[in-house]
Amino acid sequence: MADSTTMAAPTEGHNPALLHHFAEPQQQRDAASLGMWIFLATEVMFFGGLFCAYLIYRLKYFGEFAAASQQLSVKLGGTNTVVLICSSLTVVLAVWAVQHAKRTLLLGSLVATIILGFCFLGIKAVEYREKFEKHHVPGPSFQFANVPVPGHPDLMANPYHAQMYFSLYFVMTGLHALHMIIGIGFFAWLLWAAYKGRFTPEYYTPLEMGGLYWHFVDIVWIYLFPLLYLIDLRK
Amino acid sequence: MANENNPQGERENYLNKHYGVWSWLLTTDHKRIALLYLLSVTFFFFIGGFFALLIRLELLTPAGDLVQADTYNKLFTMHGMVMVFFFLIPVVPAVLGNFLVPIMIGAKDLAFPRINLLSWYLYIVAGLLITHCMLTGGVDTGWTFYTPFSTAYTNTKIIEAGLAAFVAGFSSIFTGLNFIVTIHRMRAPGMTWSRLPLFVWAHYATSIIQILGTPVVAITIVLVAAERLFHLGIFDPKLGGDPLLFQHLFWFYSHPAVYIMILPSMGIISEIIACFTRKRIFGYNFVALSSIAIAVLGFLVWAHHMFVAGISVYAALIFSFLTYFVGVPSAIKVFNWTATLYKGSIRYEAPMLYAFGFLGLFTIGGLTGLFLACLGINVHVTDTYFVVAHFHYIMVGGVLMAYLGGIHFWWPKISGKMYPEGWARLGALIVFIGFNLTFFPQFILGYVGMPRRYYQYPPEFQVLNVLSTAGSTVLGIGYLLPMLYLLWSMRYGKPAPDNPWNAAGLEWKISSPPTTFNFEEEPVVTWEAYNYEELDTPQKEEVPVGR
Repeated sequence: MADSTTMAAPTEGHNPALLHHFAEPQQQRDAASLGMWIFLATEVMFFGGLFCAYLIYRLKYFGEFAAASQQLSVKLGGTNTVVLICSSLTVVLAVWAVQHAKRTLLLGSLVATIILGFCFLGIKAVEYREKFEKHHVPGPSFQFANVPVPGHPDLMANPYHAQMYFSLYFVMTGLHALHMIIGIGFFAWLLWAAYKGRFTPEYYTPLEMGGLYWHFVDIVWIYLFPLLYLIDLRK
Repeated sequence: MANENNPQGERENYLNKHYGVWSWLLTTDHKRIALLYLLSVTFFFFIGGFFALLIRLELLTPAGDLVQADTYNKLFTMHGMVMVFFFLIPVVPAVLGNFLVPIMIGAKDLAFPRINLLSWYLYIVAGLLITHCMLTGGVDTGWTFYTPFSTAYTNTKIIEAGLAAFVAGFSSIFTGLNFIVTIHRMRAPGMTWSRLPLFVWAHYATSIIQILGTPVVAITIVLVAAERLFHLGIFDPKLGGDPLLFQHLFWFYSHPAVYIMILPSMGIISEIIACFTRKRIFGYNFVALSSIAIAVLGFLVWAHHMFVAGISVYAALIFSFLTYFVGVPSAIKVFNWTATLYKGSIRYEAPMLYAFGFLGLFTIGGLTGLFLACLGINVHVTDTYFVVAHFHYIMVGGVLMAYLGGIHFWWPKISGKMYPEGWARLGALIVFIGFNLTFFPQFILGYVGMPRRYYQYPPEFQVLNVLSTAGSTVLGIGYLLPMLYLLWSMRYGKPAPDNPWNAAGLEWKISSPPTTFNFEEEPVVTWEAYNYEELDTPQKEEVPVGR
């Protein structure tokens, strides 16, 4: 390749999306996909630190964690789980649509994904609001008095240990929600690019990468839901 | 192949192709980004060095007379933070690695040039944050941020410093991610894994640690910041939290971080030793795989920083054993380098002098690491100057010696100019003498019981402290000298030929300095790494590649 320009200088017949330093589109796609998987590995380690802290304190303070967990609404959390799984379906549909050059389905699926993402955040906001109202937000105004440990009616939960549960609850779900917001932003850009016709059955790498990210954020929730909502459900 | 003399103007290269500030600030060329990093890490090196010099000045006399106790706390904290996060971790990968990894594997650039630039900008944002933090009061917890002091008691700027480390961490993650993808996907035809230069292997191993370790310290910093902001109790025993959990999470990254620093330096040493002994590295496969072994084992030893923190005796035993185990791949490297020297045609150019310095100092640092891995000795010398001396032998004696050696070795390629050899040899000598004078007395100080992080001490320790302070001055001169003559050489140095050392490796087969895309044609590799026997056989004509 001539080195007369620093910008991408595709020779004739090349895909305009092929960057100058790659030999062929396949190499570029492989690089992007490997890069995304490695990024997801760092994300796993990022959340891994939190899950580690959660597991240690859950072992240490199981009674309080169960008592505090029962303050969450399994109904809202379960709905959110369904919402997210549906959004993963629409993401897959979007990728399938671009592979088969079905523009309407592509745009529709992307819009549906974004709407489902907002649904999730909305329901999450309702849950957070409830925590504020019940004084379950960690800090000076935290209250958790006279709540018995499940299965031990005479044993009252230690508010400090219940606060630990809510601290981890807010950090974990908050970080997850932050990832959702970034994902929605990315999908808004994908929608714009798809609307402009940037993606073809030959080139749709950003969509595929966005999909990987979205599925990852879903999977984090699939772990968060049972860990946070479904501790010791006997009533 | 070499057109050393070009009377009519300079050839076009990556340095003179475009001019102006924006051609640098918006560049996606890995070589220019490497130079941006070179400037920024050098800046932070001198900031961190300034703090170090103040620490040494305070310790010149037994009384605490130069600074007050809490100023001293801030000095060693900021020295540690700046040196670890802003110099030692990025220095070799982001400068030499950025410049050389793509060229060594025959690629035009890293896989993600824009992410590479982003990582430099993240570094700069982090640098501005830490500079602001320094100028407005600094932090006094030590660079380790131990809780609950950092979350519940100190009034210094923990969150800002933490944010700086967080952002710098993502800069480091992106560098590592870029290297892994580049090494996997961008190798030239014929550049198989067993033909990769050991420098590339070392960077591959480093990148694994960067992408798997750094996110853990990032989330730890998030938890510390959240705890401080919202009065959570995750690490505060008063609220049911566990400070040991913080230490586990912190050292899970911060111990492997030592290998982020030393592994790429070991890569440099392999290149230099092979070139200046004119031999293939003895036991290439073992040296390559020992890098990976260090990366993996490095993740299993973190709790040796916590032997006296209250972990169980059985956990301590296991971590002690595993720590000894890390010594094995490190020793494999040292033995193989030494074996390479055997019957080699050794030349004593400046890079080789630095490599010799590295061999000796790293060996001392590594062996005292084994002392510290031993539970009994560890308990005796915990938090003394013995520990300080040990990790400075690794981080300064190892990383900095190798980095300076590497900068000299590849300076002709980077700048297109030769550095003045006489001055460079003098500089290497001054650094070596200054280093040993500074840090060897600290082994003795620590062994006889001087604790670290104290700003005054009993008078019987003064002689050794004076020696150490004197050495640090010599060391400072040793670091200033290369900066001066390297800058001088950019203007007045002799033009460098393409391959001044007659070295093997793709980077020496392209022009000095390289053109923007490194290779004009995709190179095809048909030879093994370090084929010095072939290079030095006179009848064989070297096959030019990419030119």
